[in-house]
Amino acid sequence: MSEKRVRIRSAEKMKEMMTLYYMTAKMAEQEKSPKIAWITSGGPVEILHAAGVIPIYPENHAAMCGTVRMADRLCGVAEDRGYSRDLCSYARSDIGSILSGESPIGGSPKPDFLVCCNNICGTVTKWYQALQRMFNVPLIFIDAPYQYEADRPEALAYMKAQLEEMIQTVGEITGKPIKPDTLTETLLRSEEAVQLWRDIQDLLRHRPAPMNSFDTFIHLAPIVTLRGTPECIDYYKELKAEMEERVRDGVAAVPGEQFRLGWDNLAIWYKVKFLADKFAEHHAALVVSTYTENFCYQAPDRREDDLLWTMAANYLGGYINHGLDYRERELTEMAENFHLDGFVMHSNRSCRAYSFGQYELAQSLERKRGIPTLMIEADQSDTRAWSDEQVATRIDAFMESLAARRVAV
Amino acid sequence: MSGVLLFAGVDVGSATTKAVLVDVKGRVVAHTVIPSGGKLAAAATVVLERVLGEARVTMENVAALVSTGYGRESVSGRTKAVTEITCHARGAHTLNPAVRSVIDIGGQDSKAIALDERGGVRRFEMNDKCAAGTGRFLEVMARTLQVGLDEIGPLALSAESPARISSTCTVFAESEVISLLAQDESIPSILAGLCTAIAQRVNSLAARVGMMPEVMMTGGVAKNVGVVRGLEQAVGLPLITPEEPQIVGALGAALIARDLGARRQDATA
Repeated sequence: MSEKRVRIRSAEKMKEMMTLYYMTAKMAEQEKSPKIAWITSGGPVEILHAAGVIPIYPENHAAMCGTVRMADRLCGVAEDRGYSRDLCSYARSDIGSILSGESPIGGSPKPDFLVCCNNICGTVTKWYQALQRMFNVPLIFIDAPYQYEADRPEALAYMKAQLEEMIQTVGEITGKPIKPDTLTETLLRSEEAVQLWRDIQDLLRHRPAPMNSFDTFIHLAPIVTLRGTPECIDYYKELKAEMEERVRDGVAAVPGEQFRLGWDNLAIWYKVKFLADKFAEHHAALVVSTYTENFCYQAPDRREDDLLWTMAANYLGGYINHGLDYRERELTEMAENFHLDGFVMHSNRSCRAYSFGQYELAQSLERKRGIPTLMIEADQSDTRAWSDEQVATRIDAFMESLAARRVAV
Repeated sequence: MSGVLLFAGVDVGSATTKAVLVDVKGRVVAHTVIPSGGKLAAAATVVLERVLGEARVTMENVAALVSTGYGRESVSGRTKAVTEITCHARGAHTLNPAVRSVIDIGGQDSKAIALDERGGVRRFEMNDKCAAGTGRFLEVMARTLQVGLDEIGPLALSAESPARISSTCTVFAESEVISLLAQDESIPSILAGLCTAIAQRVNSLAARVGMMPEVMMTGGVAKNVGVVRGLEQAVGLPLITPEEPQIVGALGAALIARDLGARRQDATA
């Protein structure tokens, strides 16, 4: 077994693919064709791909601002305009970027219309209304009612009706109605990509895990932006083959893997490397995260003869549009399937929809399953909520307690 | 004392640096507390010299040294660095094996730890970046009120009723204290109010961890009887305070050093 962490080859291809995607979007902005839509990460992007519209994700842009540590300054710009510091740092930094023109990639290409789905949080509702005022473009809003237990049929019917309306509206905006066959093909391609992403994450059940959650955070980009396109499938096929090869050859994401941990909540973009190094120092691999699992969510209520119903179910659901009982079940399953020694919970100042109830979940994981949890207080992209020393001490102490448990057994 | 085999624990905290020497049986041979000052590595060197001097031994007698605390990585000559959470748990368990919960309030952080029956860490919580609920909070208030740190506890206990301090933010609480002074509120009742505020703040960490008896309070603030009483009320359990609450972390570190030393001797035997 090699002692150093081995780079993932496919990462290069992803970089090329994502660059090409941005370049294409930039060209479209200049040439005013095809149309560009800004969309939330949990939005039904297949409809845009089927209509030939280029989707742009303000959340991805904000994550980039976080990664290059530009977010604090951009958040400051938004705060100067009266946006509260208690708002989501993605919203603040993206709005700050629009207001100041500063961006790590020269700004996102301007939207011709907006698509907002509130299945990820309530903040996006207001955020996209602000964008609508700034750009003066149409806003398509998809309301996904919160589900406490099993998805309610009336909520599914409501979602389906909204998706039908969106298909109609997008056709009107582009001037070309979306062909049913094209939409079907796009949805099937999306399902295929989602399944590949599922398979890749399941490969992390293997000991040692061939990939780390910190890698999966990065490799999330295509499934978020390009699901429904052939390139997305090609990419995940390649990544899957590489991971299967690693499993075969015994290549570990964290050499000398001794502990396996889960991760809850968004990545801390400006500290991905710090955290990866810190956990690797303790021979701990993060092998599953609720965050990346969100993007391979496949609803239980599927109808083979009604793709739109299935689509409605997929977009209604997902981890953070569900109540605590659901979340507890998910976490427990992850702990069992991925042979976890513990769970790391990022209590994320920005994301209340995600962070609420974490203490409750932590206590029930501990009480019912004997799985200890570590709480890290931080923010997805605003570094002002972070302290190196405090987090390092928490991680060290947590890993010391896991090691002591093991000795005692 | 030449030829004697000892084990050292050095706890470099934000306010004070502590050292403890134990012998092969884990008995405390000497201990020292000094202010940390600005240079953590220097403080570690000085505290070690002092404690060795007190025991009349040299580094040659020290078979293993474990460093802990905020500056644990800046201690030269360490066998290993271990976090203060593990060390406080170990120290508290050794002082009283019935202890299942530890509340530690140090200079810049406070923590609540749940222990298993062997003194291992079951769960822990630490304060966030803010200095509320730490020794630093009390230092700022003592300065504002022009009373000595040691006087806070007894004065607070002498108050008829505590003043209401609504904010636990150090900065806001300070301005609240100033306005209470302007309203002629007595210093003891202001101090009692501050002790209650800090106790309630730290109790939220304790509640998240879940406090089981026996509960031990460690760290410099355990010397403040006002905070101890406040915490007992908030937690709803009596608190055990060791004779030297400041050195519990360093004691735990020294005991871990002893384990390491013993293991090493086993390996060479």
